[in-house]
This record gives sequence, C-alpha cells and structure tokens, in this order.
Amino acid sequence: MSITIYVPCDSTAVSIGADRVAKAIYQEAQKRNITIQLIRNGSRGLYWLEPMVEVLTAEGRKAYGPVQVSDVTSLFDANFVNGGEHPLYLGLTEEIEYLKKQQRLTFARIGITDPISLEDYISHEGYQGLSNALKLSQADIVKAVTDSGLRGRGGAAFPTGIKWNTVLNTPSEQKYIICNADEGDSGTFSDRMVMESDPFVLIEGMTIAGIAVGATQGYIYLRVEYPHAHKALNAAIEKAYASGYLGDNIQGSGKTFNLEVRLGAGAYVCGEETSLMESLEGKRGLVRFKPPLPAISGLFGKPTVVNNVISLASVPIILDKGGDYYRDFGMGRSRGTLPLQLAGNLKHTGLVEVAFGMTLRELLYDFGGGSATGRPIKAVQVGGPLGSYLPESQFDTPLDYEAFAANWTVLGHGGVVAFDDTANMAELARYNMEFCAAESCGKCTPCRIGSTRGYEVMDEIIAGHALDKNIPLLRDLCNTLLNGSLCALGGMTPYPVLSALNHFPKDFGVDDQANTAV
Amino acid sequence: MTELNAMETIVQDIIAALKDKPGALLPILHAVQDKLGYVPSESVPAIAKALNLSRAEVHGVISFYHYFRDTAPGKQTIHLCRAESCQAMGGKKLEVHVKSTLGIDYHETTADGKFSLEPVYCLGNCACSPAMQIGHEIYGRVSADNFESIITQAEDIA
Ligand SMILES: Cc1cc2nc3c(=O)[nH]c(=O)nc-3n(C[C@H](O)[C@H](O)[C@H](O)COP(=O)(O)O)c2cc1C
Ligand code: SF4
Ligand code: FES
Repeated sequence: MSITIYVPCDSTAVSIGADRVAKAIYQEAQKRNITIQLIRNGSRGLYWLEPMVEVLTAEGRKAYGPVQVSDVTSLFDANFVNGGEHPLYLGLTEEIEYLKKQQRLTFARIGITDPISLEDYISHEGYQGLSNALKLSQADIVKAVTDSGLRGRGGAAFPTGIKWNTVLNTPSEQKYIICNADEGDSGTFSDRMVMESDPFVLIEGMTIAGIAVGATQGYIYLRVEYPHAHKALNAAIEKAYASGYLGDNIQGSGKTFNLEVRLGAGAYVCGEETSLMESLEGKRGLVRFKPPLPAISGLFGKPTVVNNVISLASVPIILDKGGDYYRDFGMGRSRGTLPLQLAGNLKHTGLVEVAFGMTLRELLYDFGGGSATGRPIKAVQVGGPLGSYLPESQFDTPLDYEAFAANWTVLGHGGVVAFDDTANMAELARYNMEFCAAESCGKCTPCRIGSTRGYEVMDEIIAGHALDKNIPLLRDLCNTLLNGSLCALGGMTPYPVLSALNHFPKDFGVDDQANTAV
Repeated sequence: MTELNAMETIVQDIIAALKDKPGALLPILHAVQDKLGYVPSESVPAIAKALNLSRAEVHGVISFYHYFRDTAPGKQTIHLCRAESCQAMGGKKLEVHVKSTLGIDYHETTADGKFSLEPVYCLGNCACSPAMQIGHEIYGRVSADNFESIITQAEDIA
C-alpha cells in the first residue's frame, strides 16, 4: 500500500512550524527510501495539537501531534508511516473527543481535503448544492435558504433568506454578491480557515447566491492580513473557471457568475458592509447612511447581497441536504450550527462547530480545557472588540443569539477570547476605547471625538484620579456613543467598556456595586 | 534611467493594467505598494489623472487606510498584533520587548534600515497568540525568548 501523509498548510499551523515539519518528513522519507505521498491538507482546527500530522491507514486516518522537526526521526523509528505507536500518537483522528463531539456542517471537509484540489472537493460532496440549485427556480433557492433559518454569521444575525429575497425582487440590469471576508474581530479565524482550507465551498456558496438573486458578478473583499487565504482563493478560483464552475456557462446551464478577490487595506471599519462597498468602489471607507439598504442600492448603486464568509459557505450544504436538515440543528431562533473560535488564554484553542444551545461554560471547559496558564478564567470576551466581557457568573448562558442579547452580550462572529485572573479589565477597557479611536471612520462626532476622550478618561481612572467625577464621565461618554453613532463601531464600543466596569469595578478602583450600576 | 523615471515607469505600467477595473484605486495602490514597498507621493498625480480624481482625493484614500504608507519602509516590516487574544497571552510584555530590542516605536524604522514596526489588529492567528507577521510569513506563540531568533531567520530570507 502506498503511504499517504498529511501535514496542514493552514497559516496557523505554519506559524508554529508546519512547513518545516513537512520538509523534514519529506527528507527523512527520502533518506530511508520510503516512498510517501505528502498532502498539504487544511487544518482540523485542533490548534493546540498543531502541527498535527496524519497518516492514512486501513482503519482510517491516524494523528500525531504536536509534531516538531526534532520529533521526525523518532516518528519514523516508530514506524508512524504505518500508524505505529509513539508518545505523540493521538489515535484515529475522527475519534479525538474534541472533534468527535462537534457537528461539522459548514466545516465538513475542513482539514480532510487538499484545499485547492477540485477533484478532492467534488469527491467529498462538493458542488452537490450547486447541482441541485441549477434545477430549482430562483425563488425556490431563496426559499431553501429562508427555510434553513440561516442568520448572518458576520455579527448582526440578519436572516440571510430575507436579504436574498429583497435582492431577487429588486429589478436591475446588474446585481452583485459581495463576500465580506474582512474578519477583523480579534479572536476570530473561522473565515480564514474556510478560505485557506476549503475555498471551493465559499466559491460554490457565492455562485449559488448569484444564481438565486440574478447577480453575475461577485467580489470577495479580503483583509490584507490574510496572504495565505488570498493565495488559496485565487488558486481555487482559477480552477473553478478552468472547469466551468465559474464564468459564462456554468456547467452548461447558461448561467453566468464571475468572481474576483479584492484586498482591503487594514481598516477595521471596512468590515461594516456600507464602508466595505465604499472601499470596493475605490474610496475612503466612510460608513453610509441607511436607507437605502444595500439590497436595494448597494455597490455602485446596484442591488447587492453582502454576506459573511461563513453565511455563504453554509449555503452549499443547505442546498445539498435541504433547509430542514440545517434547521433541525440549534435552539430557539438560532438555527443550524455556529463555528466558534476558542482563542486567548485557553488550553485547547481551536475551531468548534456545534449546534446553537451549548453553554459558554461547556465550551470553555469541556472543549477549551480551562485556561492555558492554569489560573482561573476571569473574563471572556465573546463577539470581537465590540462584544461584552462575560464574568464567571454569566458562563451558563447558552450560545444563542437571543440568550446572549438578554445579558447585554453578543455572539457576533463567534470569537471567544478568554483572560485569566492576571488581566486588568480597566486596561482592557482603555484599549477598547483606543481601538475605537484608531478605527473610527470619522463620520460621527461621538465616535471620533468621544472615543479619544474615552481613553483619556480611562487613563485618569487607571491613575486613580477623581474617580467620583471620572467614572460618571465615562458612563456619559458611553451613553453618547450608544445613542449617537451611525454604526456599531461607535455604537457598541460601550459593550466591552461598560461590561468591564459593571462586572469588575475593583479594577477601576471602585468597590461599591451600587455606585457603578448602570 | 534615473530612479524617479524607473518609479514612473512601474507606476504607469500598473495604471495601464488596472485602471479599467471598476473601483480601480485600491487595486492600483496595492500593486504600487507591492512593487515599491510604499506609495510614493510622486506617484499620486499620475494615479489621480488616470482615474479622473483630484490629488487630494487620492491622498485622502491613502491616508484613510492603515496599510498604505507614503514613506519607504525598512527591508522587512514586522506587524505585531496588539489585539485582545494576543493581549490575553502576554502580548503587552512582548510589545515592550520588541520595541526595546529594535530600539524603535510603532511606525518607525531601525537606524540600519533593516526593520520597520507596525501594529496590527489581529492576524487571525489567535489560536496561537501572541502573533506577528513579517512579509507574508506569520509567526505564532511569539515570546521574548524566541523573538530574536525569528527576526534573525527573517533577515536571512530577505
Ligand atoms: C465596525 C463593523 C465591522 C464589521 N466587520 C465585519 C467583518 O469583518 N466581517 C463580516 O462578515 N461582517 C462584519 N460586520 C457586519 C457587516 O456590516 C454585515 O452585517 C455583514 O457582513 C452581513 O453579512 P451576514 O448577514 O452574512 O452576517 C461589521 C460591522 C461593523 C459595524
Ligand atoms: S460610529 Fe464611528 S465608525 Fe461608525 S459611522 Fe460613526 S464615526 Fe464611522
Ligand atoms: S488577536 Fe492577535 S492574532 Fe488575533
């Protein structure tokens, strides 16, 4: 039997040595005259085990990790190429608890296939969604997405089917599909993983969206910080064109869909959909007033679907297995699955795709394994830099949009950043204000000026100056931001700031809960 | 050919190749910065003319985006992540170490011209924080202990 070995090409795996490990394995195999096929797969998202090397055996794929270059000789000595025992042996990959307990729908192929092999994609159920969509009317494609209950995974959780329906029903010569791949939230990397590890699923999702609403041009607005994703997307797009999955006559259907990647330039606010469109048009990323909705007048004034990477990458499985199949996962009005990203101070960081409904505590401890430093987890920021910090007393909140909203917290794009008890929440609140000031598009005064005032006041508070005046001043500033901002950058920066103050008043030098309550 | 002429030729070629794209300005600025390392102010009039914009408009766009720069960077640019996940794993301490090792602050270049330092807000590498990027390479679990050896290797690649 020929020997097949997998070493991830995912950028996080590479950031801790996967390329060097791949090279060492290749050289060691040559030295020992062992013929191997080395596949650079995506990452399974078990990052604390990366670089995780897999070998194909008669029983299935077996995993070893985390592998360093210095382990390679001993792995060969242990006959790992045939699944031999070794201290780094993790068992059959699919049996690793962390992976086994997940419900991977959107991430079904991720880490399994060679990301830019179209053959691999197709042999793992790829393009079945498109194939079904091509047999349906436009309205029926939109209906399947509506029926699935899918809500936008970019942060605002707006029902995707409703958005598509508006674009479908707005007549226009030209319409656009934009994939929002700006993934600016700290603690998030699910978009990056999809683009690096399964770019075809995003291409397929966008193609289905285009056919559904009658848009012939798509743009992926990708943050410039993702060079690996850029390369993978361009390689996959080229293959899709060459095989008739993009272009003028998609799989002989007579339908057209063209796709191009455009790079952002390091502005967080350009993840906001109207700022993003300004940027795509070649301008400064100033947020637009709404209405008009982008679905009616978006890019270049034309009806435009703007969806997050995960929203679009979830469309193929919905069209493949049906809206009901997807909707049967989840709780309440949060249907399907959410790819959560465990980051910061956790032992088992990684990608966890599960149905909505699990509690944050289960996620942090059953999956995350508690803090990496072994100290108590003090606070968890969920939903990126505009998300609240949750104290231990809120860890039993179920992962559900409405349950989070009821706590004045947000699920957002599913980023989970844990801090241990050495974190100073006043310092973090200061950072949140500074971030808002640095990233403000400048259109509204509260956001532009208020955030700068905000971190100046935080400096005063951290120095312990006139707390009886400065704490109310901070609250005032937050109220102004909450009420006077055009978009969520200004409008939600108070979430992390006020949650830090309300739950951790001691870090702000105040003890008295009564004085700090909202 | 003088340096200025060479620059002008490069910019003209880029403009010719990209100006007809819808929303061509960002692709042009990216291509110029990819080639030259920055967007020289001398290139602005040609870009503005080709896209029917005022120079002020082009300058406005360049200054809006953190990524575009109008001065030449060092041989390598280190993008150090300042965002929350990296902070949770000792990013602030690393930041102090990096600045003192290089002897520069953000937006500065070392005297020998080898390194520029820029802050970045998340590299999507939060599962292995703290993170930084040099060129197209991303590094995870960066610490005061391994920072020097990473930049020494990076120097070799350049
Ligand atoms: C400041 C700001 C930044 C945002 N950044 C992103 C982002 O990086 N990615 C994203 O998908 N949505 C982001 N959004 C949300 C978008 O405006 C928009 O709601 C989303 O792209 C719609 O797609 P969805 O319905 O599939 O979620 C951001 C919003 C704001 C206010
Ligand atoms: S809140 Fe801030 S980022 Fe949003 S539109 Fe206003 S100024 Fe721009
Ligand atoms: S927060 Fe530093 S890489 Fe994401």
